[in-house]
Parts: sequence; structure tokens; C-alpha cells
Amino acid sequence: MKYLALLFGLLSALPAVPAQAALKVFACEPEWGALTQELGGALVSVYSATMAQQDPHHIEARPSLLARTRNADLLICTGAGLEAGWLPVLLAQSGNAKVQTGQPGWFMATDGLALLEKPIKLDRAMGDVHAAGNPHIQQDPHMIAAVAQRLNQRLQQIDPANAATYQHNYDSFNQRWQVAMARWEREAAPLRGKLMVSHHKAFTYLYHWLGMTEVGTLEPLPGIDPSAQSLVTLLQQLKGKSVYAIVRAPYNDARASEWLHDHIGAPAVELPFTIGGESGTDNLFGFFDVTVKRLLEAH
Amino acid sequence: MRVTPILLGVLALPLPMAAHASTRSDVAQLRAELEAMRSSYESRIAQLEKRLAESEKKENALAQNREQTPPAYSAPVADAAVMQAPSAPTTDVMPKISLVLQGGYRAEKDIANRTPVGFLPASSDTGSKRGFSVDESELVLDANVDPYWKGHATFSIIDGAANVEEAWFQSLQLGDGLTAKGGRFLSNIGYLNNQHPHMWDFADAPLMYQVMFGDRLSQDGVQVTWLAPTDQYLEVGAEIGNGNAYPGTSHPGAGDWTVFAHTGGDVGISSNWRAGISYVQARADNRKGTINDLNDVSADTYFSGKSRAWLADFIWKWAPNGNNHNQYFKLQSEYFHRNEGGQLDCSNNLASGGSCVGLTDNYTSQQSGWYLQGVYQFMPRWRVGLRQDQLNVGTVDLSGNAAYLPATSYKPEKTSIMLDYSPSEFSRFRVQWAQDRSIQNLPDNVLTLQYIMSLGAHGAHTY
Repeated sequence: MKYLALLFGLLSALPAVPAQAALKVFACEPEWGALTQELGGALVSVYSATMAQQDPHHIEARPSLLARTRNADLLICTGAGLEAGWLPVLLAQSGNAKVQTGQPGWFMATDGLALLEKPIKLDRAMGDVHAAGNPHIQQDPHMIAAVAQRLNQRLQQIDPANAATYQHNYDSFNQRWQVAMARWEREAAPLRGKLMVSHHKAFTYLYHWLGMTEVGTLEPLPGIDPSAQSLVTLLQQLKGKSVYAIVRAPYNDARASEWLHDHIGAPAVELPFTIGGESGTDNLFGFFDVTVKRLLEAH
Repeated sequence: MRVTPILLGVLALPLPMAAHASTRSDVAQLRAELEAMRSSYESRIAQLEKRLAESEKKENALAQNREQTPPAYSAPVADAAVMQAPSAPTTDVMPKISLVLQGGYRAEKDIANRTPVGFLPASSDTGSKRGFSVDESELVLDANVDPYWKGHATFSIIDGAANVEEAWFQSLQLGDGLTAKGGRFLSNIGYLNNQHPHMWDFADAPLMYQVMFGDRLSQDGVQVTWLAPTDQYLEVGAEIGNGNAYPGTSHPGAGDWTVFAHTGGDVGISSNWRAGISYVQARADNRKGTINDLNDVSADTYFSGKSRAWLADFIWKWAPNGNNHNQYFKLQSEYFHRNEGGQLDCSNNLASGGSCVGLTDNYTSQQSGWYLQGVYQFMPRWRVGLRQDQLNVGTVDLSGNAAYLPATSYKPEKTSIMLDYSPSEFSRFRVQWAQDRSIQNLPDNVLTLQYIMSLGAHGAHTY
């Protein structure tokens, strides 16, 4: 028992934690961190668990994330099974009552939204399919707008003293967002009807938004890496189709899309998948500016 | 829609009763009003039905035209409605069920007691397992019980025997970084202890865990952990249990207790680490262990006394930009130091040609050991690993039993290399080769081929 005393002695020697007024927000992905920052402004202090170079499917419940989850007032994630490999561990080990499933501090962006590609049959022989549908909603600005509306309500619920400020921030954001969406849609009009190949089924909502069609993926099945054989099969499948571009996220291995580029000639394009991966994408507006620009400049 | 007229009828029920105290004209007037209300509602219902039919028509037209209709244009659902009716009730089957299949093939010498020399073994089943074998299948169930508790069970099943590996509940709502757990669980000491075999990077547990806990320390009791409110990860915790797992034996009261502390963090975006220190104390009453005596004959020993151990653990993980899909490296090491003190009985085995006469005498030991391992994923799906195991028999005082049991200063060690291939996140094949020098004068080369298949719910793994 003397060891226990020693342990607690050590603990009491820890520096006192400074009191912070800002709402502590734990964002599973940078896009939700950026959105919370837009609506919360100086009232929130946002920590993002992942970065643009990382695949949100495969994050480890590492010590720094546990410490941040423990201190969070609001946890904002994509949901729909995207974080199934790590978020449950963070929640279970955090000792934080505020962010547990169903609490006001637990916010899943995909909740209440109609998701695309909901599987008819759940079988892992079809790859790592998400039962709830494709979770990569952040590439459709209409989805962002819908999440913003719900997030505004939630922030006001958690921090009622500042409700007016959140509402004001939301109104301002939404106004600028609607204007920006109209501009992106105007600029991207020439992309309508184009045929696309993606590395992973990560761009479904982008294609849906801009009226493009996905004619193939480099991954033979979701979550299964491309192999020499699967690429040859894809090549045959694409015969006679005029592919506009081969698209990948920054965390995807470039080799498969470069290989396909060498064989079919269509440009291989790396699109930002979230906020902050490259210059110009440090907020949500920049994220879509760069996405649309890169697609237009592919040819 | 049809509910509305019924509702109106129900509302109208108390009215005749009130009418008793009133005049006939009042009743007539009420009837007229009610009639007016009914007809107005009926016309409104008809209008609503018409609008519904129109919107259904529109929706059908939209569905045919879906390619041109972005999904987000549908109005987002309000918060309260989402809580009551999630969009995808199929996502979380309650409880989440997963099944892990493991097995393989092993080639090694046929040795009856594979316990590293100089250590009292953690189980009596330490013989070689050669050829094809199916290891235990693990069945895991996990769900939130209610808003306050989470429940979890892991059963290992093999050949007519089902073992309860874990069966615990855990708090969700204590807050302030506190979490309490009760039931049977894997102790949080060290690093590898609370990981099930399918999560291991090698086909077997390090020698250190084999001699300390017989692979791992399981607790029947309670655990409390506390996470410090700092950005630097710091977890402290304690457990108290009946001590029925090695190195203790079952006790009516508290048979063993542990305390542990872990800290860790990130170094840049590519590296992260965790380090910890733990202490375990257990009481043993007639703890059985089968070893070979001085005549090299199998002998049953019974230890009664106290077992105290310190563990230190360290793990460092690296992945370029924190993206572990293509490449990563992890370096892991643990160290233990154990003191045992009490009485040892070596039961009489003269009849089978052994040397023990059934003497009970004092026994003390101070022993230690460590392992160091590195695992490198050099391309997607493929990993290689190297592990070095080392034990230090230390000082063992057998007192009178020194006349019957062997004493040694031999240092058991083992070197393992492995290569594994994972076609997907849910399947893995492994080949492992080990040079096992844990038994004096009996060096062995062990070849293991192994498969691990995970079915069902997507399990979340700890760090």
C-alpha cells in the first residue's frame, strides 16, 4: 500500500490545469473541426484527431487522443461506421460522461442524413462495407450545410449562455456558404456528365453533387488494396469509355492511379479529402475552391 | 390521418355528461359546433390526403431522375428526431458480436514440460503442441447496457469446453475521468496483458508473460482507473481481485491487487508512444506447478506464500505522416522483476523414480526478465517482426528442497522472427520461426504457421 501513497503523491505534484472558458471540441476529422470553428468562433477550442494525410478508417486509439477525449465538452465525428475501429475505444476509456453515445456532447454528422450506397446485403465478401451507407459526406457542400444547421442547434443546447452568438455565426456562415455553393456549381458546370475512376469509394458525394459518374474504382472492393490482377480487370472494364480523371485522396498510394494513367491516358488527380492538407485548403471554402479548380484543371 | 376522427370522438365523450347540468338548447348548440368541427376537420384531412398523393407523385418522378438530384437537398432532420429515430438502425446490432478463428501448424521437439528452467510454471499443461491444431475460437459480445453501463464478454471455445475469458461491466457516466469495471477482466498491468492472442504480433506470448502469468493475468474483481485532465495522457488505476489466476490462487477475500500508471503522447505527427509502470501482489495457497526434478522426472510442487512483481512497459509507434496503411514500425519492450517468498512442497514421486520425498520447506526467489520486439510493415499487407526474449533465473533459495530439485544459473532465452500477410483487415496468415533456448541442454527450433480470421462486428482495438 505504500506504493499507492507514492502514486497519489506523484499525482498531487502535477501542475494545476488552467481554467479555460472555451468549449473543448474533439473533432474526429478536420472538416468537422473547421465547421465547428466557423460556428463557434472564439467560443470553441477545437482539436482534430486526424489530419489530411491520414485515412480516417485506420486511426489508432493512441494516448494523445484518449487525453483529448477525456477533456472534451463536444465530440463531433462523421459516424455511419467510419470511426468504428477506434472511436469506441476512446469513448469507453475516456471516463468522460459528456460525450458518451446519445449525450448532448456526442454529435455524429451523418445522423439524420440520407446516405448514398447503402448496401442491400451485408457481407464482408463485398469488402469493408458500411451498413449505414457511404460515410464520406464532406465532399458535398449541401451535406455540410445540413450538418451546420444541426450543429448550430447542438452548440446552443450545450452552451445556452452563448446561443445568440452561435446563431449569429451560423447565419453569417450559411449566407456565405449559399453564395459560394452557387459559384462552385456555376464553375463546375462543364464537369457534368464526366466519367470518373476513384481509388476508394470516397468521392461518391462529390460526383453526385456535380453530376459526374463513377465508372470504376482502383480498389477491387472497398478497403481491399488494388492488385496487379484487379487493375487488369479494371482496365478491361474501362475499354471504350472516355475517362475524364482518376481521382485519389492524399493518403492513398499514388502507384495504382499512376499505373492506370499510363494505360488509359486520363490524368491522375490528387484531390484534397479534408481541410489542411495543402495550401489554400485551410478552411471549408478553400477546400471546395481547390477541389473544383483541380477537377477543372485536370485537362 | 384516420386517427383524427377517433381522437375527436374521444374528446367529445365527456360532453354529454356536462350537458346534464345544462339546458337542451346548450346541448343542441354543442352538437352543432361539434358537427361543424367534424366537417371542417374532414375537409382538411381530405386536403392533406390530396397533398400527400401529389408529393408522392413528385417523389416518384424525382427518384427516376435521381442522377440529377443531389441527396443533401432534402431538409436535414432536427436534433430531437435524430435521437429517437436514427437514420440507420442497422448500423449497431445489439449486441455487437464477433468471432475469431485461430489455428495452424507447429513443428518442434516433443518435450513434456516446456517451462523455462528455474521457474515455477504457471500451468501444468506446458507440453509441446505439435502438428495441426485449432486454437481456441473467441466469441466476443459487446454492447452498452443502458446509458450508465457497458457490458462485454469474451468466451474461448475448444473441444467441448467453453471458457469465460472476460465477462465484465463498465461505467460510462462517472465522469471526471473515472471509470469503474467489475467482473472478470484482463488486468491493465503492463502493455500486452490485456490483449487477446489474436491481437499479438507473434504466434505466442513472450517468455516473460508465460512465466509470470501463464500468458496473461486475469482478474475476478473490480478495477478503477482515472485519466488526468491534462493534454498529456496520464492514466492511473488499481484493481483488487480474488487472485484465482496465477501467480495467486483463489481466496475468499482479496487474493491479489495491482496498481498501474501509464503515460504517453505524440512526437510530431508521425510518432507516438506510451510508457507505464505496474505492481502486482498476490497470495498463493498450494499453487501447483509441474517441473522436472533432479532425476529428470516430473514432480508436482505446491507453493504457498506471497508473490510481488514490478513491470515496466514501453511502446513506440511510427508511421509516415501518421498514416499506417502503407508502412509502419513499432518497437515494444517490457521488463519484470518478481519476488516470491513462502513454503514449497515437492510431493513424493519416489514411486515413479523421482527424487522428491514430500518435503515442505522455505522458498524464496528473486527473478526477472524482459523482451524487446520490433514489427515493421514494409508494404501494404506485409509485416516482418523480430523478438528477443530473455529471463534471469536470479536467486532461488530452495532450502531443504535443494536436495531434490535442480538449481541453475542458466539464462533462458528465445529469438523469434515472423512474417505475416493480411489479405484484408479481417484476415491474417503468419509464419514464425523461433530459436528456443529456454530449456537447458534442450535447444529447439520451433516453426509455427498460423491463421487468424475475424468475423462479424468490426472490433475496435486498443492502442
